[in-house]
Amino acid sequence: MLPRFWRKIRYRYNLIGTECTNCGKKFYPPRNLCPECRRKSRISEVELGEEGTVISYTVIHDASEPYKLQKPYVVGLVKLNSGPTVTSQIVCDPESVEIGMRVRAVFRKYGEDGEDGIIYYGTKFEPLNAGEME
Amino acid sequence: MRRVAVIGVGMSKFGELWNMSFRDIVISAGTEAIEDANLEGREIEAMYIGNMSGGRFISQEHISALIADYSGLASINVPSIRVEAGDASGGVALKEAYISVASGIHDIVIAAGAEKVTDVGFAGEIMDSTIDQEWEAFPGATLAGLYAMMARLHMHRHGSTEEDLAMISVKNHRNAVNNPKAQFRREIRVQDVLSSPYTAEPLKMLDAAPISDGASVLILASEDVARKYTDTPVFIDSIIQSSDFIALQSREDILEMRAVKTAVRKALRMAKCDIGDVGVFEFHDSFTIAEMLLYENVGLCSSGEGHLLVREGEVEIGGRYPVNPSGGLKACGHAVGATGIRQAGEIVLQLRGDAGKRQVDAERGMAVNIGGTGATAVVSVFRR
Repeated sequence: MLPRFWRKIRYRYNLIGTECTNCGKKFYPPRNLCPECRRKSRISEVELGEEGTVISYTVIHDASEPYKLQKPYVVGLVKLNSGPTVTSQIVCDPESVEIGMRVRAVFRKYGEDGEDGIIYYGTKFEPLNAGEME
Repeated sequence: MRRVAVIGVGMSKFGELWNMSFRDIVISAGTEAIEDANLEGREIEAMYIGNMSGGRFISQEHISALIADYSGLASINVPSIRVEAGDASGGVALKEAYISVASGIHDIVIAAGAEKVTDVGFAGEIMDSTIDQEWEAFPGATLAGLYAMMARLHMHRHGSTEEDLAMISVKNHRNAVNNPKAQFRREIRVQDVLSSPYTAEPLKMLDAAPISDGASVLILASEDVARKYTDTPVFIDSIIQSSDFIALQSREDILEMRAVKTAVRKALRMAKCDIGDVGVFEFHDSFTIAEMLLYENVGLCSSGEGHLLVREGEVEIGGRYPVNPSGGLKACGHAVGATGIRQAGEIVLQLRGDAGKRQVDAERGMAVNIGGTGATAVVSVFRR
């Protein structure tokens, strides 16, 4: 599964998506074809910004193998201010997360392929006020 | 297009069938269906089999040939087609089988679904493979986690509660008591659901359908052929498949199941009836929240009122809209690729009056089978 991860690394490390310049809609994950314009699609890359709002969330207790050690952890749907919605972990106390919470993207470790394997990094989100309080 | 009838129904037991192999399970369901239809076997012209993940559950691809062989249909060279659409595989297999008869290409075909799940140590990751692996599973979401986010938003927006969801589980377990093929033939209490461990908050272990082995088989025939074999054909008045974005994050509103809505609208139009004309339902309750969202998206109630139907008892046997008299995926079992066929089989038994102690009196029935979080939906309307 390594190539699958590596080939989209640009979009995992940064919130870069695509935009259809025909209709103006932005996408994350990036799409090569606009689902509204189809053949008339004109796709280019676009930076999506770092801030957004939690539209829903869950605390995962029964995790798949790579995430067993991290549980319980928070996964949310974050609607970016620029439009698209991202599925991501939210770095905060599971007790404190709530719908409507403002969050900001941060670069974090997601997991690793065993002790000698590569480390998977990606985008997570933290509460917008977290940095200010430090 | 020709009218298509179901002339035979068969089903293996659903559950952890340690003593039965994939082939044993399929043949037990198939034999029952052939006997029910009063066929010899050689009348079958083609077979369509829903199977989600033979490759990962039992390391066996080429499921189509295997089943044709062990059904005694390879010796007469019957074509066999395996269909995959996540846990909507069975529903899509039924649609393909329907089209082959409605179109006039075949007169009698098998629509089957089968899954052997318990041969692997940990089935969870395979079950979760219906979600977007790169953009949902990679960040740590699970299938339960995605449904949990739908549940969380519904609670926030509409005031539903964990108790409301628990009551759906309790209802389905109660119905399964009267289903001899069901995996869990015992009642549970709301308190049992609420005290079971969280898998993804607010969903708990007992909000989720179990891991199940099982197979289910239907025999379809054109109307004129059906009349030769049975006095009680049940007609497929419509069957519609529809798609939605695979990932929740791509949908405008995660509580709106657009594939379901579209399929229901088209299926009712094709069957020339309204939702109020349908008297019995089998809904895809892979999680309790899925069943509740289906009440709303199928149109049993308005958006945001699914929990009120539960509270008022409208979805019980005896209520206005009986949902999952079989026990549903939760208590009858969820043998993944078999589920869509199993649901349709229950509707056929109900409409024939062969559902025993769980009998509902209805002229028409509807089955709703979905894949993953609703990226595939198959809606079918049956009439006796």
